[in-house]
Amino acid sequence: MTHALLRTVGPMLLGGGLALATGATAGAEELRIGFLAPTTGIFAAVGKDMVDGFQMYLDEVKSNFAGAQVKFIVEDEQGKPDVAVTKAKKLILQDKVHMIVGGLLASTGYALAPVSTSEKTLYISPVAAADDLTQRQLDKFPFFIRTGWTSSQPSHPFGQWACDQGYKKIVTIGADYAFGYEVVGGFQKAFEDCGGKVIQKIWPPIGTKDFGPYIPTIKQDADAIFTLMVGPMSLQFPKQLAAAGNTKPVIGGGTSYDEFVLPSMGDEVIGHVSPLMYSAALDTPKNVAFVKAYRTKFNKVPSYYSETDYTTAEWIDEVMKKTGGKWPGAEEFIKLMQGMKLDTVRGPVSLDEMRNPVQNIYIKKVEKKKMFGYDKEELWNTVIKTYPNVGQFWTYDKAAFLKQPVYSRDFPPCKFCE
Amino acid sequence: MTSRLKISVVIAAIAALAIAVPFTSSFVILLATRALAFSILVMSLDILLGFTGLASLGQAAYLGVGAYMTAILATKYQFGLGYDFWLVVLLGILFGAALAALFGLLAIRATGVYFLMITLALGQCVWGLAYRWNSLTGGDNGINLGVRPKFGIDLSDQVTFFYLVLALFALSLFAMYVLVRSPFGRSLAGIRERELRMKILGYNTWLHKYIAFIIAGAFGGLSGVLWAHTAGIVSPDNVVLTTSVDALLMAVLGGAGTLVGGVIGAFIVIALREYLSTLVPWWQYVLGAVYVLTIFYLPSGLMGLPERIRRRGGALGNGNSGEKLSAAPS
Repeated sequence: MTHALLRTVGPMLLGGGLALATGATAGAEELRIGFLAPTTGIFAAVGKDMVDGFQMYLDEVKSNFAGAQVKFIVEDEQGKPDVAVTKAKKLILQDKVHMIVGGLLASTGYALAPVSTSEKTLYISPVAAADDLTQRQLDKFPFFIRTGWTSSQPSHPFGQWACDQGYKKIVTIGADYAFGYEVVGGFQKAFEDCGGKVIQKIWPPIGTKDFGPYIPTIKQDADAIFTLMVGPMSLQFPKQLAAAGNTKPVIGGGTSYDEFVLPSMGDEVIGHVSPLMYSAALDTPKNVAFVKAYRTKFNKVPSYYSETDYTTAEWIDEVMKKTGGKWPGAEEFIKLMQGMKLDTVRGPVSLDEMRNPVQNIYIKKVEKKKMFGYDKEELWNTVIKTYPNVGQFWTYDKAAFLKQPVYSRDFPPCKFCE
Repeated sequence: MTSRLKISVVIAAIAALAIAVPFTSSFVILLATRALAFSILVMSLDILLGFTGLASLGQAAYLGVGAYMTAILATKYQFGLGYDFWLVVLLGILFGAALAALFGLLAIRATGVYFLMITLALGQCVWGLAYRWNSLTGGDNGINLGVRPKFGIDLSDQVTFFYLVLALFALSLFAMYVLVRSPFGRSLAGIRERELRMKILGYNTWLHKYIAFIIAGAFGGLSGVLWAHTAGIVSPDNVVLTTSVDALLMAVLGGAGTLVGGVIGAFIVIALREYLSTLVPWWQYVLGAVYVLTIFYLPSGLMGLPERIRRRGGALGNGNSGEKLSAAPS
């Protein structure tokens, strides 16, 4: 019987792939948006936040962007750059989408941007934060727009903030890959430019589960510890640091404490400080409404992944309002988008001339408290300082900034390390 | 089934691909190209797994070397974008072989699960290099190739590129088929069945395995060159353990020791993972079910299916042909 089953099922599976090869039908007033997020694999939870954020805006406006009916096509990029490329090509060639939105990892952003160039299709990146996409390599990607951030964007004001706290010596411990280099590098540059010293840089591999070997090596004469963790590392590191009896202030990159990881964290992170362009605890009417609606719908606090995709959808809608619901073509769309200033959930945003957002950077402290009328005490990223309208170059001269190499393991060099 | 019949089936299948694929959607052409490029790697692994009895978990390293070499030459030196593409193909084969020659010195002394582990470790070394040697490999971000080569024909045209990959695939299949049918290939099968006996018969089994390892590496390098231009991006993701495991699973799924089995495996897995996933969110269950059902009911892979059906039919009376399933290529 089992063999019979296999004989029946096998060909069905093989045939199924081909039989279902139906293309999308194009309507007159239709805006087709291809969305790439990892919906399976280890990044599936982040991918869900991304899709939920975008979908929530679509639901609010009933998928109607100024008269254009939005066709929202989600594809699973599986957290792999070359799968993302394949899926992007599927969206462009088969579904004939007007634009691609999404991509989680920096490497996926780097993989998708050239596709947008070769296929002459608009690509909007709400999450992938690799600095050079809107810096040294921008010229290669005329159809690329970022609605999220560059990795080092929040780090620059944060370096200044660290100086203002009176920190003189800081040890950094950051995930050992490009995103980590850029977040830590931006912090180091700004911190050292205002007189601070980074005296040690530790690079645990991405996905490190045991920080036991790293924590004892942290130099004891440091005034504070700067961490840059991603995913499960964010949960593990503060636990082990607290268990080791750490008394130094802990500060870190945005992803070390964003709302994607915060609800799973313990009380050991209370008092830790991090910068980002969004905090769910932002006390503006727009954000309160957003958090409440999101929480009702998905039963969790929105992370920046949800917020940035929600805002991206809103941004696209605003552009379509200007054109009266007509697709203006990618070049014209970019021009319209660049000339816009929007008041969004995260605050005022606009694009700089290199198509990266200029936005508020919030310095946030983890606190346990009740917010927005919820009756339980929870961890929130309370905003303690706002740096308004921060661009990707901070206060630096753009030309000089672009002359220096992209932040890496070796840049800026660790002058004060022994 | 006579081997002549099998060969004609394979030739017919390749011809069918060549004729049918260009008429499908451009997304399907892309997937078919990817499957063909990856198939060469799976077949190269099959030489070790199916014909020599060495299960390697580091085959992606050779794909990685070929792919990174192609990408680095193309982006840093603008080399390999014209007629010199053929030189890159040759270099890819040589680099793959050279790396295998190096790794083989360490790996071939081990057998069974130890061979598995040492190839895994060596494969991860290459991954580590790809991930950490930022100045050369771009680290985590990988390398974008930009344009495909142009030499009289323009490979950025999807269909043209598909034919090029198909041609190189067919050549590789032919070369590997000749190899496994040669006396050398027969001795490899002998080593797979019983190494000690081959030693006693006077064969230098170490050398045989070493050469097989190098040949597999060479084809791995070739598949890397094609993979780089197919995907347009090379990243540590191409060299990571799961890519090696994918290749191994594809070979087992289709049927180890059959060469074309790996190709079928590659097509099925890529179709499920990259095509079915555009249609349904539960594609992973289908992929899992295919693996589990195959291993439960078709231990010799999907290539064992016709044999299985024939044996159940039974009436044809060629009962003993089913006994040497794995020895007969294609």
